[in-house]
Amino acid sequence: MTIFLIFLGLVLLTILFIWFLYNSLVTAKMRVKESWSGIDVQLKRRADLVPNLVETIKAYAKHEKGVFENVTKARSALVSAGAPEQLAQANNQLTSALKSLFAVAEAYPELKASENFKSLQDELSDTESKIAYARQFYNSNVLDYNTKIQIFPNFLLTNMFGFKQEEFFQASGEEREVVKVDFEK
Amino acid sequence: MEQTSVYNQIESNKQRTYVIMTLFTVLVVGVVWVFSQALGWGLESIWIAVGFTLLMNLFSYYFSDSLVLGLSKAKQIKKEDHPTLFRTVENLCIASGMTMPKVYIIEDSAPNAFATGRDPKHASVAITRGLLDKLNKLELEGVIGHELSHIRNYDTRLMIIVSVLVGLVALLADWFLRASWYQSRSEENRRGSGIYIILAIILSILAPLIAQAIRAAVSRRREFLADASSALLTRYPDGLADALLKISQDKEPLEVANRATAHLYIVNPLKDYTNWLNKLFSTHPPIEERVKILRAM
Repeated sequence: MTIFLIFLGLVLLTILFIWFLYNSLVTAKMRVKESWSGIDVQLKRRADLVPNLVETIKAYAKHEKGVFENVTKARSALVSAGAPEQLAQANNQLTSALKSLFAVAEAYPELKASENFKSLQDELSDTESKIAYARQFYNSNVLDYNTKIQIFPNFLLTNMFGFKQEEFFQASGEEREVVKVDFEK
Repeated sequence: MEQTSVYNQIESNKQRTYVIMTLFTVLVVGVVWVFSQALGWGLESIWIAVGFTLLMNLFSYYFSDSLVLGLSKAKQIKKEDHPTLFRTVENLCIASGMTMPKVYIIEDSAPNAFATGRDPKHASVAITRGLLDKLNKLELEGVIGHELSHIRNYDTRLMIIVSVLVGLVALLADWFLRASWYQSRSEENRRGSGIYIILAIILSILAPLIAQAIRAAVSRRREFLADASSALLTRYPDGLADALLKISQDKEPLEVANRATAHLYIVNPLKDYTNWLNKLFSTHPPIEERVKILRAM
């Protein structure tokens, strides 16, 4: 009789363990998804700043059509992007388009001195920081989730439930290249 | 000596808090038991004491932030009032997944900061004008990271719980002394046994002191934890280390600080660590130690 009770107790404990484990894995996975949207929010926020920026610069640099077109195209691509790879690609495109835009702005001292431009620059730079922090938060959630599904004894069960590892947000290949500063040009 | 990682620091601080809190609970239970034995009280009177203390502290739990913010003459700000400060808080909240606390500025040229609030949804962070003027961006981030970590780690709530226990011990010690005084006056009322009475007398003097020392120890542990959490958040521990050095070396006194609020600030505004007795009851660890740990991360 006692052995039976002990056995019953163990079964009960195991069920409880699996229950709590499953719930904690679901929670961790949800956090990963939520923090991924968090990055998305910041990217869209940056995209929203772009039209204003383009208008401000246009007012001073009326002839630089090509650059403006690139930026506007890249922005539309970002806003309409769906899957994560599309998003990452569109984001990189917008980043390089913005770089060219600011390079153009360098040639117009009145533009650089205008309050409007300065405050837009501040906003944009702050958004870049926010994107970085959102990525950091996403990575910390991925760390937590990946750890949870790989430690003992969790990994024995995670396959059964279909939990798979998530990817960390990595810098793209071009972002990682050493930036060459050329003073000769 | 092994390189301390930020994660190890955080783990070790959390574990030490558990140890301290367990020892504290054991102390309180022991004190309560000894007193009840000494006086021959039943356990019901002890529950009355607990209930009384909890009631007194409930008020503090819900109103402490408005009290403290009022005492410190802090003024709440909006984004336009100080975009740099607001953005720094906003960005670090994104990095930690926290909702933004209310942001306050204290008009005092002495650099300092504090955070208060029973949980992250009802929290406030206050920075002095002096700190905003004297620290650069990376140092400010380190300080804000430290304050937000206090909120995220529920340190205000923990310190209130600890204060409840300290208050309980002090109350019981006080009651015991009064009750034993009245009891000794009439022979037939004496119910407790001899040895417990002696033990209780000793405890009624030592226990409140030990409780205070434990509260100070918990407070110091949580300061280290907030430092480590800030380093993890900003990924730049040197920022906070530099800020701590700047703040501690500034000679200006913080006018709105006093003994009641001093423990909340990032650097103790009433700076007196010299003798060991002060160190035992000090709510903040020494700056040199905090900086040393941060530099090693």
